[in-house]
Parts: sequence; structure tokens; C-alpha cells
Amino acid sequence: MSDLEEFQAKTKNWLEENCPKSMRKPMRNEFDACWGGRYCEFSSEDQKLWLQRMGAKGWTAPEWPKEYGGGGLNKEQAKILKTELAKIKARPALLSFGVWMLGPALLKFGSEEQKKQFLPPIVRGEIRWCQGYSEPGAGSDLASLQTKCDDKGDHYLINGQKIWTSYADQSDWIFCLVRTNREAKKHLGISFILFDMASQGVSTKPITLISGKSPFCETFFDDVKVPKQQLVGTLDRGWDIAKYLLTHEREMIGGSSDGSMGGRGIGEIAVSALGANENGELVDSALRSKIATAELDGWAFLLTMERSKDEAKAGHGIGARSSMLKYYGTELNKRRFELLMASKGLSALEWEGEASNDGQLPRQWLRTKGNSIEGGTSEVQLNIISKRILGLPDPKVN
Amino acid sequence: MALVYTEEHEMLREAAKGFLKEKSPVTEFRALRDNQDPLGFSRKLWQEMAEMGWAGILIEEQYGGLDFGFTGAALILEEMGRTLCSSPFLSSSVIAATALRFAPETLKENWLPKITSGEAVIALALEEGVKHDPAATSMTAEKSGNGYRLNGSKSYVFDAMDADGFLVLARNSGNPGQEDGLSLFMVDSKVSGLSSTATKLLDSRNYAVVTFDNVEVSGGDLIGSVGAGLAMLEPALNAGRIGLAAEMLGCSDQCFESTTEYLKERKQFGQIIGSFQGLQHRSAHLYSELELVRSAVIKAGQDFEKNPEHAGMIASLAKAKSGEVAVLAANEAVQMLGGIGMTDELDAGLYMKRIRAAQELLGDYAFHANRFAKWRGF
Repeated sequence: MSDLEEFQAKTKNWLEENCPKSMRKPMRNEFDACWGGRYCEFSSEDQKLWLQRMGAKGWTAPEWPKEYGGGGLNKEQAKILKTELAKIKARPALLSFGVWMLGPALLKFGSEEQKKQFLPPIVRGEIRWCQGYSEPGAGSDLASLQTKCDDKGDHYLINGQKIWTSYADQSDWIFCLVRTNREAKKHLGISFILFDMASQGVSTKPITLISGKSPFCETFFDDVKVPKQQLVGTLDRGWDIAKYLLTHEREMIGGSSDGSMGGRGIGEIAVSALGANENGELVDSALRSKIATAELDGWAFLLTMERSKDEAKAGHGIGARSSMLKYYGTELNKRRFELLMASKGLSALEWEGEASNDGQLPRQWLRTKGNSIEGGTSEVQLNIISKRILGLPDPKVN
Repeated sequence: MALVYTEEHEMLREAAKGFLKEKSPVTEFRALRDNQDPLGFSRKLWQEMAEMGWAGILIEEQYGGLDFGFTGAALILEEMGRTLCSSPFLSSSVIAATALRFAPETLKENWLPKITSGEAVIALALEEGVKHDPAATSMTAEKSGNGYRLNGSKSYVFDAMDADGFLVLARNSGNPGQEDGLSLFMVDSKVSGLSSTATKLLDSRNYAVVTFDNVEVSGGDLIGSVGAGLAMLEPALNAGRIGLAAEMLGCSDQCFESTTEYLKERKQFGQIIGSFQGLQHRSAHLYSELELVRSAVIKAGQDFEKNPEHAGMIASLAKAKSGEVAVLAANEAVQMLGGIGMTDELDAGLYMKRIRAAQELLGDYAFHANRFAKWRGF
């Protein structure tokens, strides 16, 4: 038996013994998702157990080094774990910006002390992180951010406001971009800093979205004191970290549209909602051809995601191509949800009520409109592709 | 299997690129067109390609071929698309070579070594109407002694003039529109009753109407069983579709590259036009679409190589997507080049015409989107 086969067998056994039965079903709603953190209210004892077991094993962050609490798996092993989890339809034990975003940045830019202090609690789901990037006056032009971070000798003092901070009201710590130098060019006066959301002077206010949900907040900092060792990387060079992280975020958002709905294509959903003719074709032929186009694009996009991963493994960095994935994936997702809405017709309009699970579909449809805005708008991604990949000159700014 | 090319593939691509750049640049294609070459391709150049092993790239070694795998053939077609190289590669070495894999031994021995050496060119005599529709075949194959008698006419047969043999789909029972009742034959072009008349199409390549007037073929010329010809032809059709998708990717890529270069040089309003966001965003969108096409073409090539009998859906994906994006690439090239893009002097129009033909051959976007939808259950 090869090492990988042995790993697979062991993984399968471990999951069989440790993944509670109730965790082997798809998530039904947002309460089934576990984000961990100090304020976490587990929806069941099984959910808590599943997080504890996976966290102890380091498998919430399978590829992070063991010394920082991670699983220490190589790429092949991580892939096997993912496959085995999918086979038993296991729910993710933990959803975490710490795992997806901060962790990779700390592993690359953090000091040894920072890695030791911050990574293990992320893996165990004990600390929930949020991201403080956008400001009211710094959206697409993120580098013009103004939140002040002044050196007060033995600590930093932070003043300003962030916006679109995902789950700020439920998070324990924030990783934040702040201005540490007002004289330098805008990209060269930004630093990347971490602090506790329970610090004196931090307050949050949820924003209600068109979907009726409030995943985002406005976040205010009023004389927040931050210990100096919580600045990550070099002072004034936080933009490098921000760019690195945005690449991760773009892949994540772009990749969240996987061209299918839990294995069911839009076409299949439309047929079950509207019916098929004697040839098995969707009765509405105009809708059918639109769906076919979206599904063709969805498949080709999925293959492109796969190819990017394979190329990254073969040693070709993904770089600015993450902008292409973000652009295409989010625009595609918007198209898909328009078609899902059309497939369900008038019933897709139900906002409250049991039949629609309180308007799950229309709320998701509305949520997708933000996909092509957050993490850099589609237009910003197209700018990046033009400049970095195609080598076209900067537009003349008047 | 990882969706990346192997080192062997990259070497083949470099070799193909170098060869085609030297021997078959766009100026060669232009010369064939301007001289009204009756074949639309150079037999001499085809001979050289055969000597490099290209003609037999999919053919097993026992018949002299390289048996290199389909991804290699797709790479050659992509490079051919880039320089608009006109050759019987797609017909003979991709479509016919694939169909003959399922043929009886004597047919293989007769034809495969000659395809490999470049001595024989084989074309696919399939279409009878104006849209790709194999099931609509009405040409008849009547039982005649131990063999069959073929009657009917095939049009838009590419690489037909000067072809040494034809793959022919004909009806032995049932009615046009039915998938059953069709049989696939390998017919020598020298048989009596067979005649070809050249058709001039916009892409200046080699097409003909091929007429079969009481053409007698033997039972040994049958590929697969009687009545199951369409299923027998399906892998060859898919090979051709993926091949065309690869060729169109090369065409699109070349259009896109030269247009992007032009955007970096041309000045208007005192500025490089490539600095205008209106053009940048369209270019970046096209770049993204081309990345999707490349993924689909690589995947289709790999899947076909692994399992040629079950690559229909991925072939449809590749053909539909590549054709759609190629049309966009050609349109954007002409529009962004502006007035000069409309002139015959520039190559953009040549690419536009080839793309128009290639996206129509063996099924256009609607044909393949429809097939894809059926497979997906809607």
C-alpha cells in the first residue's frame, strides 16, 4: 500500500468514527454554519463536537504546519481529505476568515511570535476574525484609505471608520489596514495591524442590505490603543499584504460560484419547476437556450478554476489571473441566479413563508449582486487584467 | 489528470510553431488564395508534415504512426489556426484516422499506412443540407450482391478535391431524421460513378460537392455494422469538433494578440488608444473568455484521448464555447483595428472568414448547446 493509500484509509476510518451523523447532511440554513469564536452559539452538541475534533486534528486548516496547530498535510493528502469529506457529505466543521485569509497572510508575512499566538486559536475556531479594509471614502480606490494609526511611543492609537466589515458585530479580532504615513505616496503609507474588537473605543453598527440580511457592519475606531507587536510585516508596507490577501479573497469569491447547485444544474431545476415536453426538453425554449449558455459557461469556468489550481501546483503563480476568475465567476453567478429566479417564476418572489424558506432564493439572488462589487469590483478586475496581464497603458486621469 | 500540458506536449508545440512560422505563415495562405489554387493547400507542404510524423500522429505504430495521443493533434491544430495553415490534417489525420480505428483489419491495412505517409488524403462526405445534421442523411446504400450500391450527393465536403478516399455516411433503412439505419463506408475516390465539383467558400479552402451515382462498394468497405453507422462515426465527429475548437482557439489567440499589440501603438486624441478604458475592458473580457476556451479545449483533448467513445459532451462544450469566443475575437479585432481592419491587406478579415466557416462545420453553437442541454437533462 502506498503512503497515500494508507493515508486515505486512515482518514476514512477517522472520519467514520469522528464525524457525527447529523453533520453528514448539507447545511439547511445559515444557522447550520459554524463560524466559531467567543460568541459562538452552537446549534447542536454534534456541531460543537465536530469542530472540536477537526480543530484538535488541525484539519480545519489541513495544509498549515503542525507547529501552528495546522494539519501539516501536503497537497495530495489535503486533496484526499477533501474528497473523503465530500464522500460522506460532511459539513464544513468551521467557516473562517482566519483560515481563508488572515492565516495565509500571517504564514507569509507574520513574525514567529505572531504565528504562534494567532494561528492555533484560528484552527480551533476559538477566535473569529473580521477584515477591516473598505472605508466610506475608499471603496474601489482602496489605497486612499484614511483610518489613522499614530505612533504613541509604547503603543499605536487608531482613529477612523471602516465599512462593509463582514460580521464585525460577531467577530473577536480584526485585521485592519490603517494609514501610518500621510506624507508618502498613498500605497506606501499603509500598515497591516491586528487588534481585539473588545478593545476600548471599538463599536459596530450592522447595515441592512437589499436582501433584508445584515452580514456587513460599519465599524468605528475612537482612540483605540493597540500594542506595537500587533503590527504585521514592515511599517508602511501593509499594501503588499493587502494585495496578497485580496488575491485570496478574489479566488474565494470567484470560486464560490461552482456552476451547479449542489450537483443539480439550473436546467434540471427548471425542468422540475416548469416541466418538459415529450422529448424531455424544458417547455420554455427561450429560457432553455439561455440556461444552456449559462451552463456551458459554468462548466468552462469550473474547468478554468481547476486548471488554475493545477498550474499553481506546477509552479506557475496565479497572480493577476485571480482577477479574471473573480470577474468571470461573479458575473456568471449573477447570470445563474437570474435564471434560477426565472425558472421558479412567480413563486420565486415569495419573501416570507414556509414554502420558500422565508424567501431563501430571492435573498440569495439579491446577495449575488454584491459579489461583483466586494473584493474589488468587476471594473477594477478588468483594469487589473488590462494593466498586469495585457500590458495596456494606464488610462489618463484628468 | 492535471489540466496542464506535459513537457512532451510543450516540445511538440514549439516544434509546430517553428515549422509553421517558417513554412506556412499567413502569407502562404494568402498566396494560395490569390493564385486560386485548385486544392487550397500545398501537397508538398503536406508531405513535409507527414515526414515529421504529423499525418500519423493518432495512428498506431504498427501502421507507421506515432500514436502520440489526441492532445498532440489538438496542439498542432491550434498552431495551424494561428497561421491559418491550410492542410488535410483535420480530415485525414484526425477525423479519418479516428474513424478507421473502428474499421476491420483489411481497411486499416489498406488506408492507415498511406494516411501516415501523406500519400492518401481522406475526406468526410457527410452533410446534405445547410446545417450539420448527420441523422438527416438521405443518401442511400442499397444491398447489391455482397456489397452495397451508393446513390446521392454530399455537399460542403472539406478537403474533398484531390482526396483519395471518402468516409461516407449513407442510409440503408429508415427515413431521414432517424439516427438508426445509417451505415458508414470507406470509399476509394477512383471508383466509377463518384465525381467531385469544387465549391468556393469564403475561407478559400478546399470544398466540393461529391456525387455518388450507382457507386458499388464491397462489404469489406463497411466500418462497423450495418445500420449502426452514426454511432460508429460519433468518435470521429467528436475528434473533428475538438480539432476545430483547437484550431479556432489558435485563430482567436492570434487575432487577440495582434489586436492588443495594435492597441499599444495606435494614437488618437494624442493618446495610445490602449489607454482608453472602453477598449481595455473589452480586451480584458475577451482575455477571460479565451481562458475559458483554453480550459475546455485542454479538457476535451485529454478526455478524448482517454476515452474517445464517451467524449461527446465535452466535445460539444469545447466546440460551442470556442466557436462563440472566436466570433467575438474576430469581431473585436476588426472593430478595434478600425478602418484598416476592413481592408484585405490586413489579416484580420482572413481570420474572420476562417472562423465563420470553422464555427459552422460539424455543428454550430446552437447545435452543440442543444446537445449539451439534452445530456444535462433539460
